[in-house]
Amino acid sequence: MTSELQDLYQELILDHYKRPHNQRHLDDADHQAEGYNPLCGDRVSVYLKLDGNRIKEVAFQGAGCAISTASASMMTDALKGKTVEEVRELFDKFHALVTGRLENPEAGPDLGKLEVFAGVSQYPVRVKCATLAWHTLEAALEQRGGVVSTE
Amino acid sequence: MTITTTGQDTATANVPLTARDRKSNLHALDVEKIRQDFPILQQRINGRPLAYLDNAATTQKPRAVIDALQHYYARDNANIHRGVHELSVRATEGYERARTIVQRFLNAADPREIIFTRGTTEAINLVAASYGRKHIGPGDEIIVSAMEHHSNIVPWQLLCEQTGARLRVIPINDDGEILLDAYDALLTPRTRLVAVVHLSNVLGTINPVHEIIQRAHRHGVPVLVDGAQSAAHLPVDVQALDCDFYAFSGHKVFGPTGIGVLYGKAALLREMPPYQGGGDMISRVSFEGPTYKDIPYKFEAGTPNIAGVIGLGVALEYVNRIGLERIAAYEHELLDYATRSLLAIPQVRLIGTAKAKASVLSFVLAGAHPHDIGTILNQMGVAIRTGHHCAQPVMDRFGVPATARASLAFYNTTADIDALVAGIHKVLEVFG
Repeated sequence: MTSELQDLYQELILDHYKRPHNQRHLDDADHQAEGYNPLCGDRVSVYLKLDGNRIKEVAFQGAGCAISTASASMMTDALKGKTVEEVRELFDKFHALVTGRLENPEAGPDLGKLEVFAGVSQYPVRVKCATLAWHTLEAALEQRGGVVSTE
Repeated sequence: MTITTTGQDTATANVPLTARDRKSNLHALDVEKIRQDFPILQQRINGRPLAYLDNAATTQKPRAVIDALQHYYARDNANIHRGVHELSVRATEGYERARTIVQRFLNAADPREIIFTRGTTEAINLVAASYGRKHIGPGDEIIVSAMEHHSNIVPWQLLCEQTGARLRVIPINDDGEILLDAYDALLTPRTRLVAVVHLSNVLGTINPVHEIIQRAHRHGVPVLVDGAQSAAHLPVDVQALDCDFYAFSGHKVFGPTGIGVLYGKAALLREMPPYQGGGDMISRVSFEGPTYKDIPYKFEAGTPNIAGVIGLGVALEYVNRIGLERIAAYEHELLDYATRSLLAIPQVRLIGTAKAKASVLSFVLAGAHPHDIGTILNQMGVAIRTGHHCAQPVMDRFGVPATARASLAFYNTTADIDALVAGIHKVLEVFG
């Protein structure tokens, strides 16, 4: 594999693509939303169960490419136990990471394993794949109806 | 076609050559010479020679077309049909000469049957708005097929919303072929128009449009043929087909973007109302009301894409010099080679396996999403399209969210196909 491809398709991303975490319907979800990327036809549904201001449970369903599936899977891992404000800060920083605008990696919340998505910034057309689940999460938190589109 | 020995290191080297491959110099095109006419093909992408296999999205432009655009703006630019000065005369002559080139390209009976539009999409919208407004009403039916591009679905849906007409859909089988018996059942006294694609942009199916037209005409129903894909790959004779409308885009037939053609039978066009109002389409305007010009000008309101029209004419002349019969024969052999090469990979599933096919290979790969295939192929210098190809009903029909699509033109070679196959092996290596 060329080094650029290795940067994008990190082992951890491929693992989450082949064996996604938290990929199921959450029967007792109190927040949910559906996201759609019309460019590639990817669809994702995000389900949340909140305990006050804190995320108690989170799951997703959908079919997509390696980047969008792994992003949804790793997002759900990263969210559990966080407050809504912490989640928003994390998304802001993740968004800066995948769009190549992260100026100070030390500032703000710890991205942890999500740092493997840094390679996406070299592939502008794939940014929407990496952020689809996150945009859908945002819509779920805001209880917006309808389908979130990346376009 | 010359089967080259390049790519021996790839799996395609194991694909046996058939007797027809060896006899293929019957249709020999000097592809290496042709490739020299296309400056864009001479580059490397990510360190590899560009293998441009996205011709169904848009085709590349020969030097002659690029030069014609440059020449027009550097020497002849003026508005048409109104100036007495030298430049306006030259621009007008260039514009009208291109109309006769298009007429001959389609074998239309009369140059006045050629209307310049922005592309296939606008041509279809013109028919939907103009013919539709006059002839289609509540309870009437319009027939399309299940393999249409959105541009041959949505204009009819808009018309149906406005008029209360209904859209009926001819089903297709698992190979991606139109079911003619089902089509017969849809043709009723309520049918007002049939709009069907000649060559599918997703499946590569060549539809039996002549048969479809004959059956519609037995019911007195006119037929629009969406020629966006066919114009560059199949010889088209609108009089032999007896189609009522035929639409195609310049940029898919080696011409500029933003220019296209609607062919319509003169008798139909004459009794259709104008599509847009403005300058150049009227013979007299007063506040009591306008008098429209005759066809084709009635449908060409405003200053048109003059450079684009002239560039399109040059592109069609370029195609004519090679000859669409020879192009079709060469591409048929290249498609055969590509099909065998892909089918030699067990993880490949072809979407679109009609008996009559041209220039398009859609596929999905077990374990890898088309979007990832596209990214990895791009890293290997191979340009393909991934996604729903503006034909979401086709994706639904085959139960896939998207496909990867390689689409050919006469400047492609077996080396391009070998690069595609090597790229697919790379995908399998990453996702294996």
